Amino acid sequence: MAGPSLIPAGDFRTSYAADTTIFPTRTSRNAAIAGIVLVCFAPQLLGEYSLSILIQIGIFAIAALGLNILVGFTGQISIGHAAFFLFGAFTSAYLSNTLPIPVFFAIPLAGVVTALVGLIFGVPAARLKGLYLVIATLAAQYILLDFFSRADWFSGGSVPASANPFSIFGYTLRGDRQYFYVVLAYLLVSYLLVTNLMRTRDGRALVAIRDHYLSAEIMGINLTKYRTLSFGLAAFFAGISGALYAHYQLVVSNEGFGIERSIIFLAMVIIGGTGSIMGTLMGTAFVVLLPESMEWISAGLKGSAIDKALSLNNNITFLREIAIGLIIIGFLMFEPDGLAHRWRQIKTYWKLYPFSH
Amino acid sequence: MNLQFLIQLLVNGLVVGTLYGVVAMSFVLIYKATQVVNFAQGELLLIGAWVCWALLTKYQVPFWIGMPLTLVFMFAFGIAIQIVILRPMIGEPIISVIMVTIGLSTVFQAALKWIFGVNPQPFPRVFTSQSLNFWGLQIQTVYVMSLVVSVAMMVGMAWFFRVSKYGLAMRATAFNQQVAQSLGISVKNVFAMAWAISATVSAVAGVVVAVVNGVSSGLSDYGIKVFPAAILGGLDSIGGAVLGGIIIGLLENFAQYIDSEYLHWGNLYEIAPFYVLIIVLMIKPYGLFGTKDIERV
Repeated sequence: MAGPSLIPAGDFRTSYAADTTIFPTRTSRNAAIAGIVLVCFAPQLLGEYSLSILIQIGIFAIAALGLNILVGFTGQISIGHAAFFLFGAFTSAYLSNTLPIPVFFAIPLAGVVTALVGLIFGVPAARLKGLYLVIATLAAQYILLDFFSRADWFSGGSVPASANPFSIFGYTLRGDRQYFYVVLAYLLVSYLLVTNLMRTRDGRALVAIRDHYLSAEIMGINLTKYRTLSFGLAAFFAGISGALYAHYQLVVSNEGFGIERSIIFLAMVIIGGTGSIMGTLMGTAFVVLLPESMEWISAGLKGSAIDKALSLNNNITFLREIAIGLIIIGFLMFEPDGLAHRWRQIKTYWKLYPFSH
Repeated sequence: MNLQFLIQLLVNGLVVGTLYGVVAMSFVLIYKATQVVNFAQGELLLIGAWVCWALLTKYQVPFWIGMPLTLVFMFAFGIAIQIVILRPMIGEPIISVIMVTIGLSTVFQAALKWIFGVNPQPFPRVFTSQSLNFWGLQIQTVYVMSLVVSVAMMVGMAWFFRVSKYGLAMRATAFNQQVAQSLGISVKNVFAMAWAISATVSAVAGVVVAVVNGVSSGLSDYGIKVFPAAILGGLDSIGGAVLGGIIIGLLENFAQYIDSEYLHWGNLYEIAPFYVLIIVLMIKPYGLFGTKDIERV
C-alpha cells in the first residue's frame, strides 16, 4: 500500500487502473498476503505476553488509522481522540449488556454511534481550522470525559463498566488466542476500507482539502461536508477500536483515557507518518513497543550503576513519559515524514544496493 | 439564595480570573509574536513555581532573592526553549508546531514529577497570612497580594508594549514579520524575547498560585484554562485575553454556586468553561476582540 506521493523516477503508470492499485507490484501484494498468513499463526507460536502486545497494537492501530484520516488526509488536528475511543468502549459494553444482541453486532454498532457523536462535534469543527479546531477538540475531550463520570446509567460513573466477552450467535470466544483473530479481522477490514477510501473521489477530496482548502473549494469540493465527514470517520474507527478494547479487557473505566492518551494517539500518527496508511501501523507498533522495551531495558540494567543513579524502578513511569515526549519532538524535528518515509528510503537503498549514492 | 456565599465565590473568581488573565496574556504574547500555540504554558507556570520552591526550601534562600533568581532562570529558560526547540520549527505546518509544544508539555510534566516527586508541597510562608475584613467579607491577604501582583503585571505589560522600544519592535513583528525585518528589527531576537517574557510572567503567576495553594502538578491546569480565556477574548488580543481570563474565572465560580445551591451535579466548576468555549467558537470564532482572518485569493 504505497503512498500516492514519492514514486521514484522512471516508474510510469499508463492507465488509471494502474495508478490506483492497492499494491504497486505483484511482489508487494504477495508479500502482504504472505505476511498476513504468517501473522495468522502467531497465537500458536507466541507466548501470552507477546500475544497481548500484538493484540494491543492491532486495537490501537485501528484508532490511530481513524486519527490519520483526520490528521494525515484532511489536515485537521484533534486532541480529543481518546474520548471517542472511550465512547466506543462504553457504548459497546452498554449495548451488549442491556440489549439482547451478541457482541459481534455491538462492536460495529458502537462504531456507528460514536461516528454520530463525532459528527455532532464535527459540525462546529467544520467551520474551524488549525488552532481553533485543536481547542474545540480539547473541549470535546473534557466534556465527554465529564459525561462518562456523570452518566451512571451509561458508563457506571465511578465504578468501571463491565463488558461481555466476544460472542456470536451463542458461541463465545474466550482467551487471547481466539480474540486475536477478531482483532486481526477488524484490523484487516479497516485498513482495506481506508486504503480503498483513498482511491475514491471522496478520498481525493479529503487530500485536496489538506493540500489547499481554498483551491479545493474553488474546484467544487464541499468543505463543510468533507470536514464533517472526516470527523465522523475518525470517530467511527475510534469507536470500533474502543469497542474491541472493551471486549478484550472486559472492563471499561475512565482511567487512563485523558488528554495524555489522545496525545499518544497523535504520537502514533506522527511517528508513523501523517498520511501514510502502512505508516500508521508502524507508528502504533513503535509507540506500543516503546514502553515495553523501556521495561526490558530497565530490567536488564537492574543493579548496574545506571540503575542506581536514576533509580529506574521507582521512576520508570516518568522516564517512559519523558521518552514519549522526546520522541515526538525528535520525530517532528528530524523526521517529519515519519517511519513510513524512512522505510521507503531503506527500500530504495537496498534496491540499488552496491551502487546506492 | 445565599448572597454571602455568592459574593465570596465571585471575589474568589475575580482573583483566580485575573491570574487566568495573566497566564492567557503570556500565552497570547507568544501566539501574537511567533504564531506558536503554546500547549506548554501551564508547565512554564509549574516550572517557575517548583524552581522558586526549591530555592526557598532546599537552599534556604530568602524570598526577596529567590524570586528574582527564579525570574532570571525562567527568562533564560524561555530563550533556551525558543532557540533549541522552536527555532528549527519555523516554517513547518501549524500541526507540527502544535505537536512539538504538546510534546514539550509531556516532557516537562514528567520531568518535574521525576525531579520533585508527585506529592503537593506547601509553599513556605511568604506573607503573614491574615484575613482582611471588607464589609463583612473575609478576604485573605494572599488573595489581595495575588490581585495586586496580577494587576501590576498587566500594567507593566501594557507599559512595555506602548512605550518601550522592544515592545514596539514586538508589535511591529506581530503585525508583519517581513516588513519588521526590513526595518531593521531582529525578528529572531523578538521571537526569543517573546518566549522569555512569557515564561517569566507565567512563572510569576505560578509562584503566586503556589503561595496561595502550594505547589503541585495540578498547577499546569492553568495552561488548559488558558484556552477558554484566550479564545473568548480573541487569540491575538492581549487585552482580550485579560478580560477573557477574568470572565472565565468569574464564570467558573458562578457555575460552582449554581451547582452547589441548585443543581448538585458535581464538578460543573471544571467543565463549564469548556461549554462556553464550544459556544463561543460556534457563534464568534474570533472571540470578543480578535482580528478576523479574512482570506483573499
